[in-house]
Amino acid sequence: MKALRNFLDKIKPQFEKGEKFEIFGSTFEAFESFLFVSDKVTSKGSHIRDSIDMKRTMSVVVIALIPALLFGMWNVGYQHFLSLGEQADFWATFWFGFLKVFPIIVVCYVVGLGIEFVFAQVRGHEVNEGFLVTGMIIPLILPPEIPLWMVAVATAFAVIIGKEVFGGTGMNILNPALTARAFLFFAYPSDMSGDKVWIAEKADALTGATPLGDALVGNIDKIPSPLEMFIGNIPGSIGETSVIAILIGAFILLYTGAGSWRIMFSVVLGGLVMGWIFNLFAINEYMQIPAWEHLIMGGFAFGAVFMATDPVTASQTNKGKFIFGFLIGLLAVLIRVINPAYPEGMMLAILFMNVFAPLIDHYVIEANIKKRLKRAKKLINI
Amino acid sequence: MPTITKIRKGFDIRLIGEAEKTIKEFKTNRYALKPTDFIGIFPKLLIKEGDEVKAGSPVFFDKYRDNIVFTSPVSGKISEIRRGAKRVLLEIIINTDPDISYIDFEKANPNDLTRELIIKKMLKSGVWPLIRQRPYSVIADPADNPKAIFISAFDTSPLAPDYDMIVHRQGDIFQTGLDAIAKLTSGKVHLNLKADNPSSRVFSKSKNVQINEFTGPHPAGNVSIQINHIDPINKGDIVWYLYPQDVLTIGRLFIEGKFDARRMIALTGSEVLKPRYYKTHIGASIEGMIEDNVTDIKKRFISGNVLTGSKIESTGFVGFYDSQVTIIPEGDHYEFLGWGLPNCNKFSFYRSFCSWMTPNKKFRIDTNINGGIRAFVMTGQFEKVFPMNIYPMQLIKAILIEDIDLMENLGIYEVDEEDFALCEFISTSKIEIQSIIRKGLDLMRKEMS
Repeated sequence: MKALRNFLDKIKPQFEKGEKFEIFGSTFEAFESFLFVSDKVTSKGSHIRDSIDMKRTMSVVVIALIPALLFGMWNVGYQHFLSLGEQADFWATFWFGFLKVFPIIVVCYVVGLGIEFVFAQVRGHEVNEGFLVTGMIIPLILPPEIPLWMVAVATAFAVIIGKEVFGGTGMNILNPALTARAFLFFAYPSDMSGDKVWIAEKADALTGATPLGDALVGNIDKIPSPLEMFIGNIPGSIGETSVIAILIGAFILLYTGAGSWRIMFSVVLGGLVMGWIFNLFAINEYMQIPAWEHLIMGGFAFGAVFMATDPVTASQTNKGKFIFGFLIGLLAVLIRVINPAYPEGMMLAILFMNVFAPLIDHYVIEANIKKRLKRAKKLINI
Repeated sequence: MPTITKIRKGFDIRLIGEAEKTIKEFKTNRYALKPTDFIGIFPKLLIKEGDEVKAGSPVFFDKYRDNIVFTSPVSGKISEIRRGAKRVLLEIIINTDPDISYIDFEKANPNDLTRELIIKKMLKSGVWPLIRQRPYSVIADPADNPKAIFISAFDTSPLAPDYDMIVHRQGDIFQTGLDAIAKLTSGKVHLNLKADNPSSRVFSKSKNVQINEFTGPHPAGNVSIQINHIDPINKGDIVWYLYPQDVLTIGRLFIEGKFDARRMIALTGSEVLKPRYYKTHIGASIEGMIEDNVTDIKKRFISGNVLTGSKIESTGFVGFYDSQVTIIPEGDHYEFLGWGLPNCNKFSFYRSFCSWMTPNKKFRIDTNINGGIRAFVMTGQFEKVFPMNIYPMQLIKAILIEDIDLMENLGIYEVDEEDFALCEFISTSKIEIQSIIRKGLDLMRKEMS
């Protein structure tokens, strides 16, 4: 390691201000700090600091996403061979999926990080690690057949319009990964709306909508069995199908505290409540399905665990998180069942609540302020 | 029975190097008064280099409140007046005599004196600056009548000195000090003790005060937390506060009639070979304490604790309010993939490191920032170490945008830098929160005056 350190020390001066490679300053810093934790020491305030940093926090989330990713790769292959009616062993199945999914991840990271590096350089700050997570989530919420150029365009849109125009990581209003998904949804609806089932290189004979698309038009019997939805060996976006894999990720997030239990809990509660309300009325078949089945259908679980919990775009107060999550769950099921244009409501529910999160926080904070003023007034009256 | 307040939120940082309960007499011939220890004052010198001073001789005063005088803690000769950039007064160094000679301020029983006479005596002798006020943590204004006075008799910060041991067998002096302090307010004097283990009888037998007990992790010992739970500060309220060693100094002023600035200092930290207590005076040089008593590596010397103390040189002086010196390793080295490895020797508040699995293990932590500075990303973390009904992150952001009304509404009068030290420690984004809070308090003070 010493040799590597010496090499970095040797080339470092060339990246400083006014030197030959000045424009790659941020890029150099990003790679250097990836390899070595910097030698900077505290100068004011607390003399010691926690060992945590943004890189570690973000890598915990990336690790939490890996079960869903690996399962997704296998499932892409499995669905492919299933549709062709062919038999393939585990590794062949996985390898097929890997070849489908890996390019999407690479495109996503290259485009996204490239833009992040440029913005960091122009703005003169360090490259933020937030995109490590975004760049992993975007592929997982896309259909496996998506053309790579669409991935690139959507990622660029998400990073520039969704994040950087607001000031970069930490300042954005909308979840960047969902911004990418929404962009594709509205820009290329024929590929994304759920009218055609998402199976990579499927047999031409196989037609039909995605399970939720089917459910919406009344073909409730086409919804996979709960066990299948739980395990995830059904067609769908790459990473969202397996509730088991997502639950492993949820466990990692909750155990390390990287994801908010308040949000996850209340999203689930909101979904259940809306499901029960539908059960009460039950004027069509879709409304009659048990409330808990909504939790394992479509992107609900993935959204609840990985997208609603994005700390930047969620409510920031603890009380606000409960309200925020509850409404996401409620709206997701509402949109899914009622709105004919959108078979899946999770994406829009989260984006909608992202916009309202600051408002929720505002009222939570106002309540705190009122309490303080009341305390002061009480004393005056005595 | 005193009421017990349970503090649930907070976090104890487990460091190596707690002071053993042994006391060493310590004499040095160099002492200093540091005007930088006092927030918001503008020092005007009353002496020049070469002047002789006695313990209690005025050295400088505050230009804006000229009745607040700072006096020499020891007797001797002013050997040097150190200034920094823009001629800011940094240190007034005194070379001491072997035997300290004192100015006589006359003995008196505080119970026989009026409030005015007590204040006059405290101002004149230079013990007044020991009393500070909330909000803003500046020296108390003798013209105010505080609604209460708080004394935190325990310190929960890392490697903190044990006040029970420090006040041991000084019950009379402590009580005299309390009697004098009790006359300064028409409200109550609160003496706050730790409920977990029996406190020194000096504390538990104190009269003329209301005793409150607290349990819980740091920052339970911070006076803001105690005020917030017992008698919170509303807009316009003033609360004074001080610490046990200050009460002793005030007690000695009335019993002995002199400014006897004796103070026990805990020398702590992983780089101290024999961490223990030293009996010395306010403003002592640490040079003699660390001689043959520290490791060879590059170190940071801190007057105070690791969270809130100030950096000093190896030849520096203990701060006016500090009862502790901490010495820890400097962390100016690179670490290969340091952020990624599942390293169990690293200490963290978070469970992505395994230090929480070994709740009794103590750690040697250096001064490395352990990462890069980022925008606020994670939420809900500060709340876990901030035991007041205040939204810490929203308050920090209100200060950053300098919104005076919002700062006031979010409770800035109730907080001090030190209350945010843990937030700063655990901040994933490595934001320098304490200096932001100080900026906010200074801004408020300016706007309100």
